[in-house]
Order: sequence, then structure tokens, then C-alpha cells
Amino acid sequence: MATVAAEVPPAALEAGHGIQGSHDHHATNTGLSHAKLGIWVFLSSEALFFGSFISTYLIFRGRDVAVAQATHQVIPHPKDLFDIPFTSCTSFILLMSSLTMVLALAAIQRGDMRRLRIWLAATAAFGLTFISGQVYEFTNFYREGLHLSTGTFGGTFYVMTGLHGAHVTVGIFWLLALLQRSMQGKLGPEKAEAVEIAGLYWHFVDIVWIVIFTVVYLVPYK
Amino acid sequence: MTTVERAITYAPAPAARPRLARPTKTAGWTSWFTTIDHKKIGILYIVTALVFFCVGGSEALLIRVQLWEPNGTVLTAAMYNQLFTMHGTTMIFLLGMPMAVGLGNYLVPLMIGARDVAFPRINMLGYWIFLFGGLFIYSSFLLGGAPNGGWFGYTPLTSMPYANGYLPSHGADFWAVGLIMLGIGSVTSGLNFIVTILNMRAPGMTLLRMPVFVWMILVIAVLTVFAMPTVTAALIQVYMDRNFHTNFFNATNGGDPLLYQNLFWIFGHPEVYILILPGMGIVSEILPVFSRKPLFGARVVVFSGIAIGFLGWGVWAHHMFVTGIGPAATTGFGIATMAIAVPTGVKIFNWLGTVWGGAVRLKTPMLFALGFIAMFTIGGLSGVLHSIVPSDAQQTDTYFVVAHFHYVLFGGLVFAIFGGLYYWWPKMFGHMLSDGIGKLNFWSMLIGFNLTFFPMHIVGLEGMPRRTYTYGTGFGWDIYNKLETVGAFIIALSVLIFIVNVFVSRANRQPVEGDPWDARTLEWSIPSPAPAYNFLEIPEVHAFDDFWHKKYTEDEEGRLVRLPSGGSDAGEHDIEVAASHIHLPSPSYWPLVFALGMPIMGYGFVYKNWWILGVGVFVAMFGLSAWTFEPSTAEEEH
Repeated sequence: MATVAAEVPPAALEAGHGIQGSHDHHATNTGLSHAKLGIWVFLSSEALFFGSFISTYLIFRGRDVAVAQATHQVIPHPKDLFDIPFTSCTSFILLMSSLTMVLALAAIQRGDMRRLRIWLAATAAFGLTFISGQVYEFTNFYREGLHLSTGTFGGTFYVMTGLHGAHVTVGIFWLLALLQRSMQGKLGPEKAEAVEIAGLYWHFVDIVWIVIFTVVYLVPYK
Repeated sequence: MTTVERAITYAPAPAARPRLARPTKTAGWTSWFTTIDHKKIGILYIVTALVFFCVGGSEALLIRVQLWEPNGTVLTAAMYNQLFTMHGTTMIFLLGMPMAVGLGNYLVPLMIGARDVAFPRINMLGYWIFLFGGLFIYSSFLLGGAPNGGWFGYTPLTSMPYANGYLPSHGADFWAVGLIMLGIGSVTSGLNFIVTILNMRAPGMTLLRMPVFVWMILVIAVLTVFAMPTVTAALIQVYMDRNFHTNFFNATNGGDPLLYQNLFWIFGHPEVYILILPGMGIVSEILPVFSRKPLFGARVVVFSGIAIGFLGWGVWAHHMFVTGIGPAATTGFGIATMAIAVPTGVKIFNWLGTVWGGAVRLKTPMLFALGFIAMFTIGGLSGVLHSIVPSDAQQTDTYFVVAHFHYVLFGGLVFAIFGGLYYWWPKMFGHMLSDGIGKLNFWSMLIGFNLTFFPMHIVGLEGMPRRTYTYGTGFGWDIYNKLETVGAFIIALSVLIFIVNVFVSRANRQPVEGDPWDARTLEWSIPSPAPAYNFLEIPEVHAFDDFWHKKYTEDEEGRLVRLPSGGSDAGEHDIEVAASHIHLPSPSYWPLVFALGMPIMGYGFVYKNWWILGVGVFVAMFGLSAWTFEPSTAEEEH
């Protein structure tokens, strides 16, 4: 996948200029700004992107054990591999970042620029914590013998969670860009929608993680 | 909020020195690199797609030369595989989709009474990604071999590691990475169309008053946005299997090659409708104008298009009837396939009803539209045969299927494209294409097309396999193959006639008024070629075919009566003054820079060279950051 840059939601590019960007200052037919309608359309497309990987994972889920027995290979079993308390912690932190995101939006809407910056920074930091947890987890799994080429579990697990991690990373850069603009004084309350749109993306990525976490970690393996 | 108010709220920071002065030119050849005018972008798409059409057509000619006689030796089997793969890939991703996007780009804002699309710079980004993606895939010809696993790229053929798999060149990597790139471009344009159509309609232009072409673009935009991500996922999996030894499709280690076919055709069948629905939209615009009757049952045409869009998601496995998916699945998908023929058939009767009893003018666009109906009907009939599973099993992988989808996509889509080009050429360039040469263009194409593809039905039923570089003597296929090759060259001649027509008509250009065809939709209410700002005043819409009702009314006996022209008596000077108050988004370099990063990243992925990848990411991020800090109009910078 053309990773980082390609995954930037196109609507976001225009988001900073949402209302000003529409050269006539007419209201739109739907009442939603172009940028907001655009990000919803983009997220629906992303839903199918992750949906394809999640379906792939579900199709192969647990198949490896049978294949390994048939071919006398030793493949790490998900049960032995996963450290569920650890991943639950990082998942909780990611979910809390949605809360701070909402607080950031509320702050800019009431014009409280100091709190906006605090909450944006907090959201980015929580996201970064989650990503660090993922890096740690990947490193550990790799040491314990789960490689990309290990059965179908290796590929489906690393590619799906890795692409999710790439999305979180893009989100972190996005938040930092907003933070930077806010520092420069270029992100006033009239641009609250720019924060709202980044927030929609951020919440979407969180929701995807709830599904992935359930499907990969929580539902017991045979 | 206006610029002034903002300046008061925030003390203006000292203007940062721009990294690169903002482009301002809107004329001259350099302006085409930075334009964000939807009309210019539309023309770029159309011209580029026509160039790729000629390239893909030349590949088809080579294929036909090879098949001229049994045991042909013009091409090697390896070369043949590359050519049919690139022919399919080109015609679908580099002609069909971008041509629809190009025409849609030019026409949608004009038809709904808008001044531009919702995201002008993203629009330009989509074009650059399309162009670079196409060139990226084609560059593989010079870098050790083009993709050779078919346009559908079935696994495990494409997914075995490239070093020791079935397809040892980097061709399949170029194909997978290139299609992901083109997919990103398509999603951006689909997103743009959806937001533009839903958000930017002129006052009174309700959804059901929109021209059918706009509706069809809306439907394909939705299909594109939802279909491309599934194929992107499948292509990522292919790439990972080839290059990082994952086992998504490797059955030896628990993978499942059929998973690919499911993911691919969940995209691939909506894709078929992404290709044909714009053609249906074009024809639905041409027929009423040249029959001087409203489109018969226009709402039914719209709803049929939507129904096709929905049902298109439930028929994908009819591409997989012989893979052993079981009787329940084949029955279900067979029935769904029959069902989708219903709204398609309904449309054909709508078009016939439109022409029936009309004052028909057989101009070139009309000829192509009528050709569309006839050829598409044949293709539809041979298509619905495939819903009968045993019949499909007999015909799978034979030339019968090749005949079927060329009747639909060439007889359908390409005829509609040419009809649309003849119809809208005066709007785009301010002069007509010659009707005489146009008729020659049409008849040669009709004859060449049928000569090429009709015999394929026969050899197909006799069992001639597709995607095979040669055939033996004694099957009785020789004469049919010779006819097909002759037909293919007649098609090539016909395309050449079109190109000649473009230049001849340009040399003898006779400027036309805004409405040379006495047409019905808003784009004809403005001068030709359309001015940069489209509409001096945003029109108010009161009916379907609003422009027609502003020109004509009916007397008591139902005859058409021309209304006195409501043309304003504003002189040219007044128009200039009024136009100078319209603010249009300013040109920008950044979409080009951002898109330039994509093929660089692509080479990084193909050769697994993380330095090249890093350069690509850097270029893209540079373009992106400059872009996000650039206001949409230059005035906002002060």
C-alpha cells in the first residue's frame, strides 16, 4: 500500500478551507459543508477497505492449527502469543483518545484555544502510546516466531493491524499539523470544522480498532 | 466570513515568503499543469484516455495479427500474455473509467448549474494520479516485462513469489501497485462527484430534475467509492504474497486462491456497471435531443440505473460459476444475474419509446446512440445467457465470452463515448465536428466492430479458448479469425477517421452559438466553449429539461411553440464587468507535486527499495503540506 501520504483522506486536504473553499458563499443543498460530506463519503470507502481485511481475517481465523498439524509445522498459537491485558491497556488508551478529541473540538467551539492545544496534544500522545504498544507487540511476536510467512495467521494479522496502525499514524500527523497551525494563530474558532473533520477520521479509526480487537484478541480461539 | 473580518479578528502575521510563487496563468500551455478548472481537467482526462485508447487498440491489433492464421509466429506466447493483459487493463482503467470521469468533469457542473466541482484541487490530483498511474504500469514494458496475468490477475498465478513463481518478472508487481494507485485516483474523483452533485445544485435543481447523465455519474461515483477499496485490499494481499511471502492465496500453507476471486469480483462486477452506466447516461441525453421528444419515462430510467447499481453488488459470483462454489451459490447468483437484466431491459424500452414517433435527425451523435442500443442489446442477450449456469460452464474461457463483453463494452461504452464526443464537442471547443466525416466514422466503426466480434460468438461456441496465443489448424476457425483481424483493422481505420475529423474540423472551424443542437439541458444555455465561470448568473430551475421549457411551450393542440428569446441585451462589456466579480479558485502546483510522489513510491514498492520509497513519501508529503497551507483562492493570502 502506498502508505502514509496516499492514506490521507482527500476531503481533509480541503478541510482547512471548508467554507471559504466554496467560492460562492451559498449554503449547500444538503446543509452539510463540502468537507464534512466528503469525509463521510471517504470514511464509508475506508469502511469497505477494512471490511475486506477483517473478512479475510475471519475466513482464515483458526485455520492454521489444522494446517500445522497436517504438515507437522510448529506455528505459534494465538492463545500463547497474545498478551491480552497489555493490548487491552493500549486499546483503552486509544479509546480515551477519542474522548480527548471530543474535548478538543468542544474547546475550539467555545474559543478556548489553550485547551484546544492541550487536548490536541493529548490525543496525539495517546495515539502515539498506542502505536508504541503496537511496535512493542510486533517485535515480541516476531521474536516468538510469528513471521509474515507463518501460515495464514502471520500475514492476516500483521497486514490488517499494520494498516490500522498506519491509519493511526496518519491521524497523529494530522493532529500535529492542526496543533502547529493553532500555535501559529491560524486556527481560530471559525475553523472549528477542521478539527471536527480530523475528529471524525480519528473516531473512525478507533471504531475500526474496536472491531479488530474483538475479532483478533477477544473471541476465543479453538 | 470575509477576508476583512478575519483580518480584524487576528492581527495579520507578517506574510511568510511563499516557497514558490502561486501560479496565476489561466491561459497558455503551462496553465494546463496547474489548472483546477473542471472543464480543462475534463478535457485533459478525455484526451489522455483517447491516447490510452489508441495504445490499447494497437495492442489489440497485434493480438489480431498473431491470430490471423493458425500457429502464428508474429508474437511469442510470453509477449502475447503481456499484450492481452495490458489491452484489458488499459481499456478498463485507462480508457473506460477516466473517459467517464472526464466527460463527467466537464459536464456535471454545467448540467447542475454550478461554477466548479466541490474540491477543485482534489479533482486535479485525481487526474495526475491517473496519468502517472498509467505511465507507471506502462513503464514496466521497458523494465523487464509488462504485467502478464490478465487484467483480473487471478491468484495463485499472480501471487506466487516473483522470484520463483509462475510469473517471474516484476510485471505483476507493477500491475498490483499501479492499480492501487489508479484506485486511489478513482476514489478521489468519485468522492468529488458525490459531494458536487449532492451539494452544489442550482436553486430548484432537485434530484429528480437532474439530467440522467448526472444521475448515472452519481451512481458510478458511489459504486467507485465502495468498490475500489475491496480490490485495493485484494491487490495489497497479492503484493504481500509475492514480495513478503505471506500466504493469503497460497493453498499449500492454508491460503485460499478463491478468496482473491471473491474480493476481485466484488469490485469487478460493480466495475462493469461503472463502465457502462455513463454510456447509458450519454445515450439518454442524445436520444431526446435528436428525436425532439422528452426522454420517455425519465424517472424510470433513473430508478433503473439505481437498481442496476444496487443489484450490481449481488452478482459477482457469476464470474466464478466453474470454480466449484456449490449449487446453492450458483443458483442464487444465477437468479440475481437474471434479475439485473430486468432494469437493463427496461432502459432499452425507454430509449426505443423516446425515439418512437419523434422527429428524428440522424446526425452523427444520434447514429452512435442508435448503434449503442442495437449493439448493447446483442451484448446484453449474450450476457444473460450466462445466468444459466450450465450454459455458462460451457462458455467460460471461450471466445463467446470475449464476444459478449466486447458487444457490451465496445458496442455499448465506446459507441456511447464517440456519440458523446460528437455531441458535446461544440460545447467544449466552440465548433462542430464534421458530420459527413462523422458518418463515415460511425459506419466504418459499426461494420468493423461487427466483423471483429460477431464471429467470436461462433468460434467461442465451437470451443476456441480465450487468452491462448495460438490455435491449431483443422478446427474450422481459420476463416473466422481472418474476418476478425480484418474487422479489427477497419475499427483502427475508423478511429483514424475520427482523429482526421478532429483536425479537419479544427482547420475549417465554424464557430457555433451556445445551443447548436437545439438541446434540452443547462449546459447548452451558456456560450460555447463554456466560459471559465460557467454561468454568469446561477440559473434557477423549474422543471426536468428546464432549458427546453425556457425555449418552447405548447399550444392548445400540443404543438411546440417557440417562446420569444429571453436573451439579455447585455453587451460584451457588461458581461466582462459582471464576470470579473466572480471569484474562481486559483491554480495550484501542489496536486501535481503530491501526485508525483505516488509513482516514485510505486517504484520503491516494486523494487522493495526503501530509499526510493522514502523519496516518494517525501515528495508527496511536501506537496501535501504546501497544499494544506495554501488557501483555495489567491486573494485569501493577503
